[in-house]
Amino acid sequence: MKMAAVCGSGLGSSFMVEMNINSVLNELGVTGVEVAHYDMGSATPDLADVFFVGGDLADSAQHLGNVVILDSIIDMDELREKVKAVCSKEGLL
Amino acid sequence: MNSVLNILIDIASTPAILVALIAVLGLGLQKKPISDVVRGGIKTFVGFLVVTAGAGVIEGSLAPFGEMFQHAFNMQGVVPNNEAIVALALTKYGTYTALIMLAGMAFNILIARITKFKYIYLTGHATLYMACMIAVIMSVTKMSAVPLVLVGGLALGLANTIFPAIAQPFTKQITKNDSVALGHTGNFGYALSGFIGKYVGNKEKSTEDINFPKGLSFLRDSTVSITLTMGIVYTIVALFAGNEFISENLSNGTNYIIYALQQAGMFAAGVFVILAGVRLILAEIVPAFKGISEKLVPNSIPALDCPIVFPYAPNAVLIGFLTSFVGGIVSLFIMIATGTTVIIPGVVPHFFCGATAGVFGNATGGVRGAVVGSFIHGVIISFMPILLMPVMGDLGFQGSTFSDTDYGVTGIFLGKLADMGGQIAIVSGVLAVLALLLALTIFGKKKATETKEVA
Repeated sequence: MKMAAVCGSGLGSSFMVEMNINSVLNELGVTGVEVAHYDMGSATPDLADVFFVGGDLADSAQHLGNVVILDSIIDMDELREKVKAVCSKEGLL
Repeated sequence: MNSVLNILIDIASTPAILVALIAVLGLGLQKKPISDVVRGGIKTFVGFLVVTAGAGVIEGSLAPFGEMFQHAFNMQGVVPNNEAIVALALTKYGTYTALIMLAGMAFNILIARITKFKYIYLTGHATLYMACMIAVIMSVTKMSAVPLVLVGGLALGLANTIFPAIAQPFTKQITKNDSVALGHTGNFGYALSGFIGKYVGNKEKSTEDINFPKGLSFLRDSTVSITLTMGIVYTIVALFAGNEFISENLSNGTNYIIYALQQAGMFAAGVFVILAGVRLILAEIVPAFKGISEKLVPNSIPALDCPIVFPYAPNAVLIGFLTSFVGGIVSLFIMIATGTTVIIPGVVPHFFCGATAGVFGNATGGVRGAVVGSFIHGVIISFMPILLMPVMGDLGFQGSTFSDTDYGVTGIFLGKLADMGGQIAIVSGVLAVLALLLALTIFGKKKATETKEVA
């Protein structure tokens, strides 16, 4: 499966979330998940199975379909919970 | 033997290959599998060429814009856009940029290690762009290669430590903890906005108590907002330049409004291409930097991109953008009236930096703090480029320039030093700043132990 982080310009914040998702996946021992990051303009629903965005982008990200909203994009605990939830839903855990 | 040397020099002076080698080095240091190292190297190599290609697209749309503007108003108009100016500069100063970036990241780790300022700057594109500007300014001084890279790298490492530090008192108020810092190129402006907010506003009257129309959120998509704003700007300039001038000199007969809209779209397309390339380059270098710094600097604080503060005050984000943009437009009219170079408000800096200034102003001064703070921020990022452009040598007037405040502060500081005393002044200036950080660390420790003794 593929996860993606999305932010306004697709450079800094989304990249940071991507790296954090990767370290959470490592922690959980989940393998075979590809992670990428995009800007809001290039992100399309077919690019990933699930998209992570900050709460302030929730409205702009509706077209992406399967979106996980992060209340804080720097909170590792929140991210861990939400990535875990996605993984167990997908049967990866 | 000589030909081998020449090949080595060619490799080192081809930025695309040099940056790829830096990525390979970073991945190798992390002991990644060979396949990852090869993939990372190739993606970085191609990424650099993508940036160069994007530069061509931007250049293609800025050149007719300049002519239209000149004909319409009989003066020079400059669009501040970091992506555009970096891409133009990279084609000429790419090698120095890559080496200064590498040295700057190393110095950042070193400074965080030995001083009390523990900030590790993880916003890769901001580091790349700052390295690029420093490379341009240092090259103007005609310094030879090795000292240029070392002094430039030290200047970059200092900037990447100091700017998060000056914003931190306010960043702490926003995020409510001291474990993360802001690493973006407008930190000077954000700190100023937070500072102003404290005096003009009341933080009890927060922007977050206002109900704002959700309809404006599509502006968060930078491709949409750039195309929209540039479309308006190009069309206005085209209207003033007139159909006759444009169809005869620029558009090859195409209707002037259609041509203007197409060129505005080209500008946005160029930015889009450059961003794709920058993304490819950073994907390999930033994780390596993060991994290395985590090992080397205990208790380090990561300095991250500006949208990390957006979720804390989404209304302040919109208010900040709008009032910063108004500040840009007011400045534009002042420039036209006074006959200086005209800085056209750039939507990207006003959005990202203005929004962040709004969040900072709101944290200390509520609605009034957000409005006044980001308005003044908007005025500053309009006038600062006028002072910055002359120090950038032959790149100073190519239709675009650096916009965010930290480029202005760093660039004007280094540029003025170069003007006053050339290489010696730059070297002493940079070393003096380093000495100041060291002094603050030693003095701070002394004070801390003294208070402990008293207690």
